[in-house]
Amino acid sequence: MTLTRFVTKNAFRNKRRSILTVLSIGGSLLLLTFLITIWRSFYDSKPTEQSAQRLIVRHKVSLVFNLPSYYRQKIQAIPGVKEVVNQQWFGGQYMDDKPEHYFAQFGTDPQEIFKVYPEFKIPADQLEAWQHDRAGAVVDVGLAKKFGWKIGDRLNITGKIFPVNLELTIRGVFTPPDPTQSIYFNKDYIDEGFPKLKGSEGFFAVLADSPQDVPKVAEAIDDQFRNADRPTKTESEHAFQLGFIGMLGNIKAFIMSICLAVVFTILLVSANTMAMSIRERTREVAVLKTLGFTRNTILGLFVGEAVSLALVGGLIGSLLCYFIVTGMAAQGGYFTGMKVTPLTIAAALFIAGVVGFASSFIPSYHAAKVNIVDGLRHIG
Amino acid sequence: MAIPLSYNVRNLRLRKSLTIMTALGIALTVATAVFIMALLAGLNRAFGSTGDPLNVLMLRKGSDSELAAGGVSRDAMQVLKDLPGIAKNSKGEPLVSGEDILVVVLPRKGGTGETNVTTRFMTPIGIEMRPSIHIVQGRWFTPGQREVVVSSSINKRFEHANLGDTVHIGKGEWPIVGIFDGSGTAHDSEIWGDINQLVTDFERTVYSSVLVRATDPIAAQALKNRANDDQRLELNGLLEPDYYASQTKSGAPIRIVGWIVAFIMAVGSCFAAANTMYAAVAYRGREIATLRVIGFSRPSILTSFMLESLLLSLLGATLGIILMLPFNGMTTGTQNQVTFSEVVFSLQMTPAVVMSAVIFALIMGVVGGFAPAWHASRRDILSALRD
Repeated sequence: MTLTRFVTKNAFRNKRRSILTVLSIGGSLLLLTFLITIWRSFYDSKPTEQSAQRLIVRHKVSLVFNLPSYYRQKIQAIPGVKEVVNQQWFGGQYMDDKPEHYFAQFGTDPQEIFKVYPEFKIPADQLEAWQHDRAGAVVDVGLAKKFGWKIGDRLNITGKIFPVNLELTIRGVFTPPDPTQSIYFNKDYIDEGFPKLKGSEGFFAVLADSPQDVPKVAEAIDDQFRNADRPTKTESEHAFQLGFIGMLGNIKAFIMSICLAVVFTILLVSANTMAMSIRERTREVAVLKTLGFTRNTILGLFVGEAVSLALVGGLIGSLLCYFIVTGMAAQGGYFTGMKVTPLTIAAALFIAGVVGFASSFIPSYHAAKVNIVDGLRHIG
Repeated sequence: MAIPLSYNVRNLRLRKSLTIMTALGIALTVATAVFIMALLAGLNRAFGSTGDPLNVLMLRKGSDSELAAGGVSRDAMQVLKDLPGIAKNSKGEPLVSGEDILVVVLPRKGGTGETNVTTRFMTPIGIEMRPSIHIVQGRWFTPGQREVVVSSSINKRFEHANLGDTVHIGKGEWPIVGIFDGSGTAHDSEIWGDINQLVTDFERTVYSSVLVRATDPIAAQALKNRANDDQRLELNGLLEPDYYASQTKSGAPIRIVGWIVAFIMAVGSCFAAANTMYAAVAYRGREIATLRVIGFSRPSILTSFMLESLLLSLLGATLGIILMLPFNGMTTGTQNQVTFSEVVFSLQMTPAVVMSAVIFALIMGVVGGFAPAWHASRRDILSALRD
């Protein structure tokens, strides 16, 4: 019998206890994987190649104030700027106010939008059809699939911010690298229903010549409008998105504190089990010692047992989380685009291993140190 | 005949470390649940306690947020002032307050980013219509002056929001001349200023909203219906408490994530509790058999072990609640999903929250304890005695 086999045999000699421990650790690890996934989708998402090349220009005070449309030409003239497009958040309602029916609607310029977002793929004929229909819209392929939309379908959006109701016709379906949950339509449509918006835009998206140009361009744009009536704030698209998450509140502290509670719970559960099973085996340890096993080997046996239990629990938990998150992401809503990556699973397993080690070290150490005669005399 | 409870208490005390570790595991789960419930209770309190049932909020037709584009025209405001059923103050002025809402971006303290803060501009009538809100430091803004007052929560949570600091709004700097106490309402997340200055700065031609005070609840309902029915006015009238209550949906992300977290943690804790109880049963095989021999029935053994599990979870609940007590009243903020600006609220460990936490723990005790207790009551006496 090899030592590995000895460890596995021992780990499952009290099957019920081991299974309960593994399930308990698995549940906690599921949660931990879930939280790490949320964390990473918020803070760890690397901007894509094109996103790193894009900037968002908005009113310095707040996104709720608009910028004059003529800024677009001025921005276009700034060196390092390749393309500029105006966008207006419409914030309307599709069907009802259920979160699963929620998606973003942007009024924009159909001639330019796909130049600024070159990674969004759309067939040329569909793009042209959209450009020729003032009441047309293009929709994200994910949304089209979710709602079963086809080209030519009508889309009624009730205005919540603007006193305008949109009656759009789907003219195209675009395919972005990551789900955007967005539709685009001609901004002129809002202007017609709400003339006050004419001549002003929610924000501008700018494509720079290269990612290296981004900081320089941001500064140049803000300098240009520093003393204007409506000063701007320009930041990289990634920073802009992070700003939104920041508004949700102190998410970092929220997730961190729950993660800590979870890790500590696994520590307790695992330590509890190991303490129970080691105490039972005091006599066995003494026998092992008389057979010539060294203190370090015995320590290794117990620690190995705890670590393998924790790892099995971790594997079950993180894989379960993988399936749950994949399922929820397919449903849309809050979890769109979230995925459990191998790196996340690796991180969760690492934490499980460390916790398994930490929880068993002290009881194992005491067990390994036990005096042979005392151990043999011990009644379980 | 029932087995005395002291038997269970003594047993829990006997295996001290096991009991404490299991209880701590349950405690952490309970603490997490309390944390989430207290957040939601605080949010509900902030919105639920805002608004006077006599006040009717008028918004532009089709809009359900004060921050939507367009608004209530000056003409509609004049019409509203003359409607029957409007209360008047001691000077005989109608209690109708045209208000403008803006959002300014302020940096949070501690470098956790900047966020939108709702800024409300009005005349002193608007202050008069919200009697629960009072100045705690400094004074109210003077009409016709570029001055603002901030709520005590804003003062605490944001940089440069102290008395004497200035806030940049539109074309100029607005000095902070007072700090008011929003007494836990949604106004606790706001900055208030004088409307006349704002109108000139921003060339606003409409109000974001108009608040009117009715003489009695029936008049309030009538005013609301009148506003909604009058095509000319193009208004959406809402009772003020209803408007704020609808904003509690801002807590949806916290609620969804919170319940997933609490549920999974509870499942994990159930398994841990089951483990501990199985160990307790295993250690006591002979004891249980002896109890059976001297005449205790199977149901009473089942009950006894269930009680022990419940005691364990109750201990966990107590620890968890004590663990969370220092956080009671802590203020935090999230994004209001109606106005897209920060809403400040505090953790509220209300009696309902504490009760739910205890019930939550007891459920864990029942789920985790049932299988071991059943197992204990079903053991064969002879083989158990021989163990």
